[in-house]
Amino acid sequence: MKLTELSATQLSARIRGKEIRVTEALDEVFKVISEKEGLLHCYVTLEREKAYERAKEVQQKIDRGELTGPLAGVPFALKDNLCTEGTRTTCSSKILENFVPAYSAEAVKLLEKAGAVFLGKTNMDEFAMGSTTETSYFGVTRNPHDPKRVPGGSSGGSAAAVAAGECFAALGSDTGGSIRQPASFCGVVGMKPTYGTVSRYGLVAYGSSLDQIGPITRDVRDCAAVLETIAGHDPKDSTSMARTDTDFTSALGEDIKGMRIGLPRDFFQIQGDGLDPQVASAVREAAKVLEDRGAVVEEFDLSLVEYAIPTYYTIASAEASSNLERFDGVKYGYRAPGQEELHAMYKKTRSQGFGPEVKRRIMLGSFVLSSGYYDAYYLKALRVKALIKRAFDEAFQKYDCILGPVAPTTAPRLGESLSNPLKMYLGDIYTIAVNLAGLPAISVPCGRDDRGLPIGLQLIGDCYQEKKLLRAAYQYEKAAGGGIQEKKAVEGRVGL
Amino acid sequence: MANYISDETIDYVAILAKLELSAQEKEQAKKDMAGMLDYIDRLNELDTSGVEPMSHVFPVQNVFREDVVTGGDESEAILSNAPASKERMFKVPRTVE
Repeated sequence: MKLTELSATQLSARIRGKEIRVTEALDEVFKVISEKEGLLHCYVTLEREKAYERAKEVQQKIDRGELTGPLAGVPFALKDNLCTEGTRTTCSSKILENFVPAYSAEAVKLLEKAGAVFLGKTNMDEFAMGSTTETSYFGVTRNPHDPKRVPGGSSGGSAAAVAAGECFAALGSDTGGSIRQPASFCGVVGMKPTYGTVSRYGLVAYGSSLDQIGPITRDVRDCAAVLETIAGHDPKDSTSMARTDTDFTSALGEDIKGMRIGLPRDFFQIQGDGLDPQVASAVREAAKVLEDRGAVVEEFDLSLVEYAIPTYYTIASAEASSNLERFDGVKYGYRAPGQEELHAMYKKTRSQGFGPEVKRRIMLGSFVLSSGYYDAYYLKALRVKALIKRAFDEAFQKYDCILGPVAPTTAPRLGESLSNPLKMYLGDIYTIAVNLAGLPAISVPCGRDDRGLPIGLQLIGDCYQEKKLLRAAYQYEKAAGGGIQEKKAVEGRVGL
Repeated sequence: MANYISDETIDYVAILAKLELSAQEKEQAKKDMAGMLDYIDRLNELDTSGVEPMSHVFPVQNVFREDVVTGGDESEAILSNAPASKERMFKVPRTVE
């Protein structure tokens, strides 16, 4: 078995068992990167030298018995909106092209403490605004399963890197589906935890009430191990929660006999282009697999499904317009040259530094927050958000988890989505309500369509119920023979 | 389209957003915003009278911590990112006459 076919936790076990050295793992990963990166473009910045230096240090700590955790020695990728001390952090935007943070994000520090070795920063939609990674200032990332298609987004670089073997695991961020949807399009596992579970300190903010950092991994066990490592209360993030139940890997062994799983009927009857029948049948098949394992699956009406999109785009754009005010050419990043007056400098800097999708959302956000429209748009959206949360609360009185698709289709072709923003937004229909309600959700591969493109299922849980999701996802993965086998199929297909 | 965005509106929003749009960007922005607002107007199908706006999912309020100095003097590292600086300060173009 090739080294790069191992999961992150399998690799770490071998490293800790002295079968493999950390530098050997790095050699293998960089070999894959040199073969595939030219085509796929998963990374904005690679830190080869730093990675090898760090590998030596980690190896010594492992040898001395100081690093014993499940991620010790694992080569990791980080989405480029996570601040990394001494390594540029661009958010895939021209405006931050040369920004080198003076500190690292809390989640990054926790991974570092656990012995992860960082390879570099992955490509994304500019400021995480997009569903395809095509809005990046640094060019598109390609889907490892079909290079003519997008990897999804906004954490497209992270998902593609995990799927292609250009890293063993990665972090992404999820504001409206940005971890789960690319994980689904690339055939890997991705999880958005309950809001407040992972500190947002050092995550460049998009929609602060919705943003969460989470794992993108090759299998469910890796996902649990990464989440366990990065979860924790952080006084530097005032929305961070003090939880005592973050031993997520402990949930993996348990069966799902009697687990109540709800399948929202309205997920299968959406408007617009609707749900791809192949995606629908893959998810229904997955429901049967879970039933065979002892779960009780039942259809129900969730309600309000279609209203989540307008609610989300109002709230996220409003928060973005406020959060992105800080990019003004004063403290960091790009400054438009030749300006002699302060306000002209602000305007020119922002107009030259931001791409079209970011401008579109800042404009919409500024509009819905402006006097005269604030009540009609922004407050209305916050009221509907309360209704959506209520609908989930009712569902979770009856069910342990909600099962559905991650996205209505498999990965679209490059260039198909950006011409019609509204249509692109409709693709977020199954993921964004989860962020509005602060819930945890996991995306797990559940087969392929007739073009060989991965399909993902989504399990949604009530707040703080990650363990239930991981339990169900792990049982499903075992029964369906997913995880690392899925990975091998990718290696075969890309065949570069 | 039910919503029409006038030049005045788009100019006003651009001031709020601190963006300078070209004539072409402005036309596109008018169209995009009208389209999005038409879509967002669907929320009016829902009766939300008596529903409190929910800005935060969890009832967490007034999160305080002790006001003690932590970390060190990072001014050099922070200023190294500034497009222009002078005597350990951020340098900006003229603000007053």
